[in-house]
Amino acid sequence: MAKATFLEAIRQAQYEEMSRDERVFIMGEDIICNVFGTTTGFVDAFGTERVRDTPISENGFIGAAGGAAMVGMRPIVDATISSFLYPAMDQIMSIIAKSRYIYGGQARLPLVIRSCLFYGNSNAAQHSDRNYSMFMNVPGLKIMVPSNAYDMKGMLKAAVRDDDPVLCFEDSTCWMSKADLPDDPDFLIPLGKGDIKREGNDVSIIAIGGAVPLALKAANDLARDGISAEVVDPRSLVPLDKELILRSVRKTGRAITVDPAHQTCSAGSEIAALIAERAFDALRGPVLRVATADTHLPFSPAIEKALYPSPERIVAAARQLVGIRQPENA
Amino acid sequence: MNGPDLQRSLQLFERMLLIRRMEERLGDLGKAGELPGNVHLYIGQEAVATGVCAHLDDSDWVASTHRGHGHFLAKGGDPRAMAAELMGKETGICHGKGGSMHVADVSKGILGANGIVGGGVGLAVGAALGAQLDGEGRVAVVFFGDGASSQGVISEALNIAALWKLPLLLVCENNGFSQFSPYETVNAGDIWRRAEPFGMPGALVDGNDVHAVWRVVGEAVARARSGEGATLIEARTYRWRTHVESEESFLAAPYRTQEEVESWKQRDPISRLEEFLVSEDLEKDVAAIRARVEGVTESAITDALNDPLPPVSRAFEDMFANG
Repeated sequence: MAKATFLEAIRQAQYEEMSRDERVFIMGEDIICNVFGTTTGFVDAFGTERVRDTPISENGFIGAAGGAAMVGMRPIVDATISSFLYPAMDQIMSIIAKSRYIYGGQARLPLVIRSCLFYGNSNAAQHSDRNYSMFMNVPGLKIMVPSNAYDMKGMLKAAVRDDDPVLCFEDSTCWMSKADLPDDPDFLIPLGKGDIKREGNDVSIIAIGGAVPLALKAANDLARDGISAEVVDPRSLVPLDKELILRSVRKTGRAITVDPAHQTCSAGSEIAALIAERAFDALRGPVLRVATADTHLPFSPAIEKALYPSPERIVAAARQLVGIRQPENA
Repeated sequence: MNGPDLQRSLQLFERMLLIRRMEERLGDLGKAGELPGNVHLYIGQEAVATGVCAHLDDSDWVASTHRGHGHFLAKGGDPRAMAAELMGKETGICHGKGGSMHVADVSKGILGANGIVGGGVGLAVGAALGAQLDGEGRVAVVFFGDGASSQGVISEALNIAALWKLPLLLVCENNGFSQFSPYETVNAGDIWRRAEPFGMPGALVDGNDVHAVWRVVGEAVARARSGEGATLIEARTYRWRTHVESEESFLAAPYRTQEEVESWKQRDPISRLEEFLVSEDLEKDVAAIRARVEGVTESAITDALNDPLPPVSRAFEDMFANG
């Protein structure tokens, strides 16, 4: 057990799974150059057959990953930044998500498509997408958005062993966060199991990816006001640990979803709808959503930062909710 | 490469005839309102699928198109399971969940017909990559049309397949039409010539001559199996029937002349092979094949018609392999 970063967790997960199973291989743009440090030492360990640089042809190589998976390989695709998934939408949405179903269960597509959520650093609208929500609207894709290095390692290893296509979204605001990473080669966190990151009684804050550390900071601030916030991290959005979320909301009676994605049709919105449908009787106020405004991300830091969820916006939402019950304290 | 021997020619004839007769029956059923959805028939193009798949084993891979019945049957797919799939039956090869545009039998290396034009290309590149990593000498074939040749994924696939020397055949069936638009109105240049800039062998072949297809593909498959990489083959052929069987109900104007269709029917790949076989004194064998194909077709269609429909619960199955 040693402290390591989120990026190092990705490297370790890939390294361990490639060591364990020779059907696992990795490909993407600039893998050998090792841009973000997630393939350090891979060529020496596994050779260039299993560590492949691809042309800048997302449609081609993500499609090829689907085909290789269908014939028994277990590819990991590093698509770099999540906006670069769009040239391959045809492959992801029409082929990878649907092949198993349309062939009546004959096919398995065990592949992992990794990409990072590269926002908050003046990269402007085309590089800053937090786009996992749009993939939730097509059944057939598993989707993980871990919020810390520990979860990342265990979930990515589980994703590589999963027999279905998994989209792994890596929140770059978490890249340098550190955690103790288990050395156990079979350390796995199954997809579909959320985690209570902090227990509380007054309000449930269901936060996604990079919003989890923000929610934890907000919970600290709220504690000083005497508000006990529970922070729920779904960790994967498909499958979604609905029972964990509903159990928390039934306990606290209040819910806020926090999602770095644009608000409309976001994962946070879907979770809000789930709560309204299935825990309405337990709610003592509306389900509030803290998300990114439905505008593109501008370049200038002066106007970009304010658009994302922040501890301040989460605190304000919690105060509003608790205030509905206790207007005298608002 | 020499042409196929007479025994092989009889096999090719039987397979082509099976595709033809199955599709004629299915086309009739569609016209009679017995098939749900849309059907894209392969009639006239049988020599391509047949000449290609004759070189493949069950362990080799093919990815197909929306016009995929011929590829399915040529690669050894079961006629009854295909017919039942087109009828949306429980016994369909995909339990009625894919239909005409998704017939697949992964156990026979058929990675499926595909409703997206060019949709099989990525799959086949990946299958070839898997075959290369396996190192067991398998090959992958992708069939695509002249319409799909305009999809960007083709250029990406040519580059990747050439760069990595993948055991892949890219087989373009140029049937003259991108849906309803004649080839020359939407395509620049010759498709087979696109191989050369990538350093890949390219070949043009008469897609209505099964012997010619067989020879060209035999060489390409041998190259792929021996690690020499991919080949692009353009087979010129013609689609006798509609783009989609329902088109007569919505097309505002014809997009080709009856004379043109008739002129291609004069070059029927099945009649050409039959004439050759008769000239080789194999008339009796031809007659026996005709009778056998009629029997197989009839029982496939009849059995499929009598098969049960799937229960609604089927709709919720096969989303995921794990959970």
